[in-house]
Amino acid sequence: MIDRDQVLHVARLSRLRLTDEELERMPGELSKILDHVEKMDELDLEGIEPTTHVVELQNVLREDVPRPSLPRERALAGAPDVADGGFRVPSPGGS
Amino acid sequence: MTEAVRQYEPVIGIEIHVQLATRTKMFCGCELSFGEEPNTRTCPVCLAHPGVLPVTNAEAVHFGLMIGLALGCEIAPSSIFHRKNYFYPDSPKAYQISQYDIPLCTGGRLGDVRIHRVHLEEDAAKLVHAGSSGRIHGAESSVVDFNRCGTPLVEIVTEPDLRSAAEAAEFGRLLQATLRRMGVSDVNMEEGSLRVDANVSIRPAGQASFGTKTELKNMNSFRFLERGIEAEVARQEQLLAEGGTIQQETLHFDPEAGSLTSLRSKEEAHDYRYFPEPDLVPMAPTEEMLVRARAALPELPAARAERLERELELPADTAKLLSFRSELGDFYETALAADSDHPRRLANWTINELTAAVGDGDPADTKLEPPVLARLVAMVADKQVSASAAREVLAVLIAKGGDPAQVIEAQGLGRAGEEELGDIVDRAIADNPDAVEKIRAGKQQAIGALVGAVMRETKGRADGGEVQQMIRAKLGE
Repeated sequence: MIDRDQVLHVARLSRLRLTDEELERMPGELSKILDHVEKMDELDLEGIEPTTHVVELQNVLREDVPRPSLPRERALAGAPDVADGGFRVPSPGGS
Repeated sequence: MTEAVRQYEPVIGIEIHVQLATRTKMFCGCELSFGEEPNTRTCPVCLAHPGVLPVTNAEAVHFGLMIGLALGCEIAPSSIFHRKNYFYPDSPKAYQISQYDIPLCTGGRLGDVRIHRVHLEEDAAKLVHAGSSGRIHGAESSVVDFNRCGTPLVEIVTEPDLRSAAEAAEFGRLLQATLRRMGVSDVNMEEGSLRVDANVSIRPAGQASFGTKTELKNMNSFRFLERGIEAEVARQEQLLAEGGTIQQETLHFDPEAGSLTSLRSKEEAHDYRYFPEPDLVPMAPTEEMLVRARAALPELPAARAERLERELELPADTAKLLSFRSELGDFYETALAADSDHPRRLANWTINELTAAVGDGDPADTKLEPPVLARLVAMVADKQVSASAAREVLAVLIAKGGDPAQVIEAQGLGRAGEEELGDIVDRAIADNPDAVEKIRAGKQQAIGALVGAVMRETKGRADGGEVQQMIRAKLGE
């Protein structure tokens, strides 16, 4: 069972601001999801390797060959605040 | 036993991050940055635009395998990447792609220190704190440069096998020399291509279990690493002596002040919520990849030092220096290949006279050819030139190149002949009757004045021992 504090903790890690109504609703909804996933425990999974990918591929590698980077104006085009050729952000030291 | 006299033993483990010397980033084709203008080496992948997919750099995996093999690690038959989630402006994805429970390599050893694991990951962006640009709003904001974001990193973690700050620094230097020799990284601590963290705890001597550890972050030289660990061990000892307890925390060492400050409280910082990276498939090194990585390994410094010591009977310190600074070792061995008669003398000239002249530089970048150094050293050994004159010759050879015999001839640095030396000694005896009298009276140290006079006259072209013998002979001693 997920409680209210755990919801607040995860929300803080993800920088989400929840309304009071959401904060009421989330513990129940998240718990239901976990309960659903827990149904897997009913299966006999002895000797079965955990699956990390659904496609059976491995070693998809790229040669170490440069490709053109974006011109700086394009890289910065989506930035809400540009300064000194970079993305200006609130100083993280203050958080 | 009271608390005050209890002896503590430091227990230290090291984590080293090295930027790999690939051409492109870990998961995209952007070239690595060497001081380019900010944000000129970015693309939708390393800027984390929606919908992009990372693709692993084969050369980074190759370098990772080389490092694993060099350290005697076990290579995972199949390893995977995880997302390490954290919120900070140096990571546009809000996670770092790293490895978690199945790293590329586990186990291994370098020197006396066991390696815990070696894994691949990506570097973060650089934050430029606006204070440095002198802007008014400086304190409120930072500017992010994503050029470094996505640079391939290898993280190497040791077991807590180190027992002193000096051991930790020594291990760091060996690892640095090893990686440099392999050519997989620039391993430049000041520029950040090699970064060291230390996990430090102390325990009462004889106790098997570990104390609470703290983490010292990002010391940018091995000297600072050593001093930082010393400071932290002293802090922990004092804390325990005063009846306090050690808090698990991350600390920054300020080498100027010699002080330690806490970087972040651990409450939420370490909740990384790792999960397998769904956009990358497992790496399963093939036999071909392993063969290629093994074939790319040169002789490593520890093995080279051992060989120089064993085969050439060089002193351990000399062998180590020639191996840790492989450019010196290469110069030495090339010279030795031209003339193998004086391995020890040649080694001494390489690590003393040659390094005095080139400092931290590479002697191969000077005008001096290795066989020429071997010839000069042979002339010293054969007493064709005195050691002090040979030093002058060496300076000329380093600056201008050429042949030692010609330089000696041109500069009149050839060893003074017996006849010439005899005349000079006679004059010195005639000019210093006081000294002669003292020597005759049994004051042996008075001979120094006569030797000094002869050496001045010959401008170092004579051998001090030989001059002394000649003086004694002439005085009938």
